[in-house]
Amino acid sequence: MARRSPQPDGPPPPPTVQKIRIRYAKRGRLRFTSHRDVARVFERAVRRASLPVAFSAGFSPHPRISWMGAAPTGVASEAEYVEIGLTEVLDAGDVGRRLDGALPPDLDVLEAVEAGSGALADRLEASVWRLALPGVGDVTAAVGAFLAADELPVIRRTKDGERTLDARAAVLVLRPAGTEVTVTGSPCAILEAVVRHTTPVVRPDDVLTALRAVAALELDAPMVATRLAQGPLLWGEDDAAGGVADPLEADRTDQVAGRGVGVATGSA
Amino acid sequence: MAGQSVYAALEPLLPRVTKPIQYVGGELNAQTKPWDCGGDDTVRWALLYPDAYEVGLPNQGLQILYEVLNEDPRTLAERTYSVWPDLEALMREAGVPQFTVDGHRPVGDFDLLGVSFATELGYTNLLSALDLAAIPLHSADRTEAHPIVVAGGHAAFNPEPVADFIDAAALGDGEQAVKTITEVVRAHRHLGREATLTALAKTPGVYVPSRYDVEYLPDGRIRRVVPNREGVPWRVAKNTVTDLDEWPYPKQPLVPLAETVHERMSVEIFRGCTRGCRFCQAGMITRPVRERSLQTVGKMVADGLAKTGFSEVGLLSLSSADHSEIDQIATQLADRYEESKTSLSLPSTRVDAFNVTLANELSRSGRRSGLTFAPEGGSERLRRVINKQVSEEDLIRTTTTAYGAGWQQVKLYFMCGLPTETDEDVLGIAAMAKEVIRQGREAAGRPVRVTVSIGGFVPKPHTPFQWAAQADPDVIDARLAMLRQSVGRDKAIGFRYHDGKPGQVEGLLARGDRRVGAVIEAVWRDGGRFDGWSEHFSYDRWMTQAAAVGIDVAWYTTRERGETEVLPWDHLDAGLDKDWLWADWQDALAAAEGGGDGVEDCRWTPCFDCGVCPGLDLEIEQGPTGRQLLPLSPV
Repeated sequence: MARRSPQPDGPPPPPTVQKIRIRYAKRGRLRFTSHRDVARVFERAVRRASLPVAFSAGFSPHPRISWMGAAPTGVASEAEYVEIGLTEVLDAGDVGRRLDGALPPDLDVLEAVEAGSGALADRLEASVWRLALPGVGDVTAAVGAFLAADELPVIRRTKDGERTLDARAAVLVLRPAGTEVTVTGSPCAILEAVVRHTTPVVRPDDVLTALRAVAALELDAPMVATRLAQGPLLWGEDDAAGGVADPLEADRTDQVAGRGVGVATGSA
Repeated sequence: MAGQSVYAALEPLLPRVTKPIQYVGGELNAQTKPWDCGGDDTVRWALLYPDAYEVGLPNQGLQILYEVLNEDPRTLAERTYSVWPDLEALMREAGVPQFTVDGHRPVGDFDLLGVSFATELGYTNLLSALDLAAIPLHSADRTEAHPIVVAGGHAAFNPEPVADFIDAAALGDGEQAVKTITEVVRAHRHLGREATLTALAKTPGVYVPSRYDVEYLPDGRIRRVVPNREGVPWRVAKNTVTDLDEWPYPKQPLVPLAETVHERMSVEIFRGCTRGCRFCQAGMITRPVRERSLQTVGKMVADGLAKTGFSEVGLLSLSSADHSEIDQIATQLADRYEESKTSLSLPSTRVDAFNVTLANELSRSGRRSGLTFAPEGGSERLRRVINKQVSEEDLIRTTTTAYGAGWQQVKLYFMCGLPTETDEDVLGIAAMAKEVIRQGREAAGRPVRVTVSIGGFVPKPHTPFQWAAQADPDVIDARLAMLRQSVGRDKAIGFRYHDGKPGQVEGLLARGDRRVGAVIEAVWRDGGRFDGWSEHFSYDRWMTQAAAVGIDVAWYTTRERGETEVLPWDHLDAGLDKDWLWADWQDALAAAEGGGDGVEDCRWTPCFDCGVCPGLDLEIEQGPTGRQLLPLSPV
């Protein structure tokens, strides 16, 4: 037996020859998955679907699956993105279907395209959120007070203690979007928010905390937040109708133009 | 209507608790059948693992029963786990009952509640689950409206401390037993609860505590345990599954969304162990050895991987290197999976060089991180007492071989508080660890590490040590402190241990009788939960409540029992001849003085003295078969 060496014996793992970009949803009960849970589930699904996923080199090879800004635990999403590196060139739609078949219900692959040029993460500039506030009827005044503020500092508890962030500046749009009725029969105000991705990122919880700081909001159950979309910002900051564009559009365009084939090896 | 999901009421609570994912179910390969899947004949089981989801989900026993029961179209089984105190408080506030994670159905709506006790420290959690399910804690207070509570698992071989809280206990292997119990319930329930329990009491392998009266002697010992109904047997013999190839469960292991303690798939390669380690309850109550064949093992590995997507497979048993074809299993599986990213492991702890060879084979292409061995005792004398016949030389040779083969870390398991143990025996652990490091370093030509892990010994029922005095926690703590000092600040030696206090409570519950139930209930009422978790366990609470209900903990733990004493579990038959157990106990004591006979493994040295094979009409089932793995079926 040879002495311990930095690399295992044998040839290096096969290189990445194709990257697939996937939009998936996190729905229903599975909104309670953490990002780590989702990552583990994906790794197992990739194996069960027998996809030729590329692996890193070394003694503990890990699959080339790149995550971008996952929705927090407890938050649902219709627009999560992940990129998977493959060692064979496959039809992107087929990869999406195989993966979806291997994922549990409520983790649903919505779209799969071959990666074009440019980093997907760079295109995810902002998110559109739907915030459901059980027990809350009218939110017009609260929204008005929120938008009128220049700065709304909120304290977030993290593993490393408390940190303060401004929940106002990143919120480009905040608008009432109707009222529903909860299972218990109480009203449930719906808000829509467009939030720019900043560092640290402003989460739906932070927006709610800030709203409660400027207005009396009595929720009779925890807020249910859903990410509806994320992508490049469509309009300027002052545009009340602002939203985001489809971040995979550029990849589709590249495919049509024949620019998307082949990527540098092992750089997922 | 019964069987309705409570998820809508539970959901608003989940954002307020830690790791909510553990309560939502949705595991890959989980099943949710219609409540009336078998029409009026439907029998419904809620299967409880009385610990946190992260510990309970991977449990093989529960997964096997879940699958076996659900294969029957007229039977439905769902799983439930202990909820952490944060959710428990919210559930009580919101009126949400104990629920199953499959259909989120109220546990109280089921016909049967099966609870699997891997350890006695789950008893208080049973009470939490019963109470949250609105099931009366006491069997005697239950009515037709309540599930029949059936205990199983290794701790159920002495269910007397929980006799008041359970309605029945299934002894031994559960695969066939749950099916039998299901049919008895299906056939008798129209006659009412009492008639059903009596029918269960007459069913082989099923013990119904309420059908027995315990009589005591003036000094507090048991006089006898008497059946109180005609036709109920004096002794209940355990269930034993034969031909494990016919029972290749779990066929589709559950894959959780949440992180759990075992992030791998397990395949049991044989059941039972006849090494004869005198402290080992598992090795005594699961006799005889029954192997799965190489071909079945190979098929279970291949099918399980395809259905789960796991990347690691553990080949489980009490002493995996002892399978008659383990070399072929290791070689052939390593050949098959070498090129894939699947890793194989043999969580076995036998101390010999062959074990290292096997581990090398299974890790051909991967990283050689850590190997574990269990010498259990720090001196050869003590190892003879426990019938773990390993010389110091064997041990050092084994660990040195491991380091030489590129393994970076070796973990050694020991026990403290074994019968006849002295300070010197425990100090021997430090000397051994230093020698392991010295020779390992020489062989590997680089620094090596060893971790010494020590647990307090708890005498268990149905073992030769069932009569032994358990060491006082103070004695254990003093010896561990001495050992700690002796190891010193050597950075090459890691040192892990627990104090002796939880072991004393475990000892009280392990060898307790029906009177101990009052302590469990008092502790639970005082807030005792999750006793297997150091952050929740309270020794003081157990001692205070024991005193309050008049239970002398020392009488149950540190008192040595005599040959003729009726033990609380004597009417429960694991197949072991009590005279043989006593003779083996005497041999252990003689070994302490340099005499006594060791016990050979009956797989290789024919011996029927323990009584299991002749008494239960069983035989050892083992290879070698000389066969090859079956080809993989195309996907």
